[in-house]
Amino acid sequence: MPDKKTPRPETEGIIGGATTSIALFQDRYVDMSVDLAGVILKNPVVVASGTFGFGREYGQFFDLSELGAVCCKGLTLYPREGNPAPRIAETPMGILNSVGLQNPGVDAFIEHELPFLRQYDVKIIANISGNTPEEYGIMCEKLSEAGVDMIEVNISCPNVKAGGLAYGTRPDLAAEVTREAKRHASVPVMVKLSPNVTDIAEIARAAADGGADALSLINTLRGMRIDVNTRRPILKMNTGGLSGPAVLPVAVRMVWEAATAVKLPILGMGGVSKGEDAAQLMLAGASAVAVGTALFNDPYAPLKVRDGLAQLAVRQGLGAVRDLTGGIRPW
Amino acid sequence: MPVQQICTVVSMEQLDANTWWMVLEVGKLVFERGLCGGQFLHIKCGDGQLLRRPISVARTQWDEPEDTAALIFEVRGEGTKWLSQRKVGDKLDVLGPLGNGFNVSDGSRYLLVGGGIGVPPLIEYGESPKWSKVAVLGFRTRDKAFPAVTSRFEENCEQTYICTDDGTLGRHGFVDGQVRDIFVKDKNFTGILACGPKPMLKSIAKIAAEFGVPCQVSMEERMGCGVGACLVCAIPMKDGTMKHVCKDGPVFNAEEVDWDA
Repeated sequence: MPDKKTPRPETEGIIGGATTSIALFQDRYVDMSVDLAGVILKNPVVVASGTFGFGREYGQFFDLSELGAVCCKGLTLYPREGNPAPRIAETPMGILNSVGLQNPGVDAFIEHELPFLRQYDVKIIANISGNTPEEYGIMCEKLSEAGVDMIEVNISCPNVKAGGLAYGTRPDLAAEVTREAKRHASVPVMVKLSPNVTDIAEIARAAADGGADALSLINTLRGMRIDVNTRRPILKMNTGGLSGPAVLPVAVRMVWEAATAVKLPILGMGGVSKGEDAAQLMLAGASAVAVGTALFNDPYAPLKVRDGLAQLAVRQGLGAVRDLTGGIRPW
Repeated sequence: MPVQQICTVVSMEQLDANTWWMVLEVGKLVFERGLCGGQFLHIKCGDGQLLRRPISVARTQWDEPEDTAALIFEVRGEGTKWLSQRKVGDKLDVLGPLGNGFNVSDGSRYLLVGGGIGVPPLIEYGESPKWSKVAVLGFRTRDKAFPAVTSRFEENCEQTYICTDDGTLGRHGFVDGQVRDIFVKDKNFTGILACGPKPMLKSIAKIAAEFGVPCQVSMEERMGCGVGACLVCAIPMKDGTMKHVCKDGPVFNAEEVDWDA
């Protein structure tokens, strides 16, 4: 639990809405709760997989019950140590990473990390990556039984050689993995899509055909940065995944295209660092939004995004923040 | 437990073209949260830089109205350039205390080994009256051996040896030669506390193992969140696992590090 002496920045004018679903701003109430494939989040702000560990670190800064959901660091069936460092490079308004799914494995997560998160009033989304469809199935079974609220199936990690990206870029494989996950999961399954494709709608439809309950997008965009003096890439893996404000417009466009293609609820993400960014993704069709890279700049970014959304909803005269979803008026 | 702290710059001294000595008022981070030398502060460097910059703490002091922390840093890129342009009175958005300093105990005797910009994080250990210590400080050249830094060791250590790569000051050569010479005559040390470039640390770790002296090393890696969540600042360990500079380090036991990775 965060210690009481910790000064916590407050958003001016916002009352309530921290660990409840109702926020008050300028004497107007706004219902912050959203429905993501039947999972009710007290507010639409989720923290993105891979940027938040299993919640322990940022849990020192604020009460995790203030979030809509925690998307856990990507899990694999067996522990992985990840890629050699350097694993990060800063880029204009973004970062490249090549962590490579370092994680303690699904069993260690269930034994050591899940009980910690369960202390909080927050929805828990487990994120999984497999080398084969069978591995996705086994993990779905274990995690459903352990009682996570939702499973995010990562078919799009750009930093691992096997599986990962291949599943996310071929519609037939995306559908196959989704079907296998659905067959073994007893909680809603959300499929995380890669932006490294020509036609996101095609992959979205494949995941829908496979039985996905929700979609999340975007994962990182493949990128590269080179040190001109040494002529070597900054990342030891040469290439990595781009995230941060630089990718927001790509995320908005892809969420819009996916939302147009399928009827599934969407968790939108990519470069969100303030309420207005989150509102863009929601207007494009997202039911909830994830905040990731912005955390590295400001540990309180998810709470500021949440409060910013509440203010924006009130200013626009909305009684519920979910009314933003799909509200885009395209030309 | 780390907190976000708005810190005021109380002094800013330029040591040479690209090295700065900055002192910050850090609230009660020293008194209440045990901020000490060898840990780091994760500093937001303007709105243009997405990532904060981890800067090692050289020394800390309980004080009124606020505690202070001294940071000695080199300008390496855009973030540290921004930091070097701060003026007295400017406010900084800081996360800290972060990382673990050296594990030390009162009444011990330590050999402090620093190389280049790895010397400042040893200052607090070199100044403390709680243990006796000998210092071996290595620099590229005479101009990099700032008296403001080296005098802190010379005034407080049993003995301070300076080495320069080009022989312009003190012993001509790297610190490992000096450390070996010391151990040949006297290896009555509780341990080595070392901070510097990785090849230096690797070499010191090897000598420490050879003479059977415990050795702690402070390591560097490109960092993201600074708090242990993003897992980018990975250092391979001998047992095949990864540890992270921000949360498990920056100080590691030399024998647990995989120096050949």
